[in-house]
Amino acid sequence: MRRIGRLSNFNVVSLALGLAFLYLPIIILVIYSFNASRLVTVWGGWSLRWYHEFFNDRAMIEAAWMSLRVAVCSASIATLLGTLAAVALSRGGRFAGRTLFSGMLYAPLVMPEVITGLSLLLLFVALNAERGFWTVTIAHTTLTMCFVAVVVQSRLGSLDRSLEEAAMDLGCDPVRAFLAVTLPLIAPAIAAGWMLAFTLSLDDLVIASFTTGPGSATLPIRIYSEVRLGVKPEINAICTLVIALIAVVIIVASLASKLSSTQGESAAPL
Amino acid sequence: MAEELSDIEASADRTVAAAAGPDAYPPSDEPLLRIEGVVKSFGGFRAVDGVSLDIRAGEFFALLGPSGCGKTTLLRMLAGFEAPDAGRILLGGRDIAPTLPHERPINMMFQNYALFPHLSVRDNIAFGLKRMGMARADIAARVAEMVALVKLGGLEKRKPDQLSGGQRQRVALARSLARRPKVLLLDEPLAALDKKLRESTQGELLELQRRLGMTFIIVTHDQEEAMTMADRIGVMDAGRLDQVAAPRELYEAPRSRWIAEFVGDINLFDGELQSQDGHRLTIATRDAGALLVAAPDRALDKAKVSIAIRPEKVKLSRRGPASDAGQGSAINRLDGVVTDVCYLGGTTTYKVRLDAGGTVRSSMANTARIDIDAYGIDQHVVAWFTPDDCLVLEQ
Repeated sequence: MRRIGRLSNFNVVSLALGLAFLYLPIIILVIYSFNASRLVTVWGGWSLRWYHEFFNDRAMIEAAWMSLRVAVCSASIATLLGTLAAVALSRGGRFAGRTLFSGMLYAPLVMPEVITGLSLLLLFVALNAERGFWTVTIAHTTLTMCFVAVVVQSRLGSLDRSLEEAAMDLGCDPVRAFLAVTLPLIAPAIAAGWMLAFTLSLDDLVIASFTTGPGSATLPIRIYSEVRLGVKPEINAICTLVIALIAVVIIVASLASKLSSTQGESAAPL
Repeated sequence: MAEELSDIEASADRTVAAAAGPDAYPPSDEPLLRIEGVVKSFGGFRAVDGVSLDIRAGEFFALLGPSGCGKTTLLRMLAGFEAPDAGRILLGGRDIAPTLPHERPINMMFQNYALFPHLSVRDNIAFGLKRMGMARADIAARVAEMVALVKLGGLEKRKPDQLSGGQRQRVALARSLARRPKVLLLDEPLAALDKKLRESTQGELLELQRRLGMTFIIVTHDQEEAMTMADRIGVMDAGRLDQVAAPRELYEAPRSRWIAEFVGDINLFDGELQSQDGHRLTIATRDAGALLVAAPDRALDKAKVSIAIRPEKVKLSRRGPASDAGQGSAINRLDGVVTDVCYLGGTTTYKVRLDAGGTVRSSMANTARIDIDAYGIDQHVVAWFTPDDCLVLEQ
């Protein structure tokens, strides 16, 4: 046990290199977001100037607000649909077309985003739908639903079926048994799925740029178009805020799924 | 303490009175539960293959059988989790096929207890009561009564994962009893407990059943458990109910060779019927020579039979039975050599290789602390038993 616990020099070096490779750019970005200088690459002392700048940049704030709304809406819809799909797959028995359904549900996991984005764009054009908030939300729901389904289904799979039977034995019809016993027990997985969908939606550039319309850019689209004109230090500040938000959500999500797997204290009063 | 106990007792008595009511139980000559020709298949496999059984009100009935014999499937059909493919299940004379699990006055205690991990002990027990639309105060009173009944006082606020195996078992029992079902189904209720705890829990379960006067149906693969607790035992094999009998009858008069071997330990000798003299049959066996046995009540269809004798009915001595004179001719005497001695504390089991070729096991009670009569390996002995202790089974 001790031997495994102690790391050799080689391991320490490779771990340090790996972590540096992953996180050094992010750390530099965070540090430079507090840069007082106008030039991105020259250090001019500590300052909150660019945060101030960002909060006064109406277009940027609007994009951020749009992104947040899209993320919340699409994550909520995806969580509802993904949970229903997971329940159907793990509790519906062997209904006809089950394998096809599960294959189709998980396809977006491996589908290149360009293809998803393009096909959705073609659909919206064919339907003559006005592109904007709702088209992006629908597209993000399509993208993130399968992630929710995977998370919830794995939790349902590890849940003892006899718990639901016990609830029915004690006077619950199947729907009440699900609400009173299954739902509280998979709630942490559902919460984790929601947060995963939220961050995926917040991150997405490719699908959003295919499906959005004029005047309704999401934050990643806005940042990307700004950067093409040259990186402003303000971008660093925005990115730092996004990193902070995503870090918080990811930490909460992993805590929730850890809670879910130990199935302990997720007390939900009836 | 004594007052407390009698309180519980009194409330338990009220439980029965309340549950029984004027029309809760059918007249005593009709069974509470009647199972008629029930069949259940999964794919092409017949898990339950034409089982018929009557269970009386207040009975402690055990379904005994090896794993995969269909006993749990039968139990799940009673609970309503599986629907029979054919046959009927009548409760108090009424077919319960269209009744869903949550509407049946039957509760089940699951093998793994199936306690709700997100609810406290109290909420687990109250779960079924809330669905009955009971008033809050009544629920609290019933939960307190159940907690006292299974001796879980002080643990009401714990979650299932903060309890020991024995405590969880009690919560599961209290939860399934709380709704005062007409029939309680118990699926291997003691399988997860260690031997000592299992034995003490057997006693408690039995006492509880007597006190509540409820009908218990228990599924088990442990024949000792079934023997200890049940009024009657149904032995199942390959989806069929082979024999339904009281424990003593099952042990002393098993209907088939398979049951004789499944329930307890037994010596079997295959042979052919040679002659009959009144109520004594002479059977020529391959491994133990000619044996005298008592004629069975019903006539034998075939000449090929097996003779079965329980090890504790085979006695060993150095020269054969002492009172040889009077009934000597009517006793089976087999000469042999001890090949194995297994000391089990209360009894010692000897394996004897017979001169005729077979082996016979004998189990003798260790009635004295210093046993001068103990036999050693390679010792010549006479194994003897009376014809009345032998069973004749058709092969």
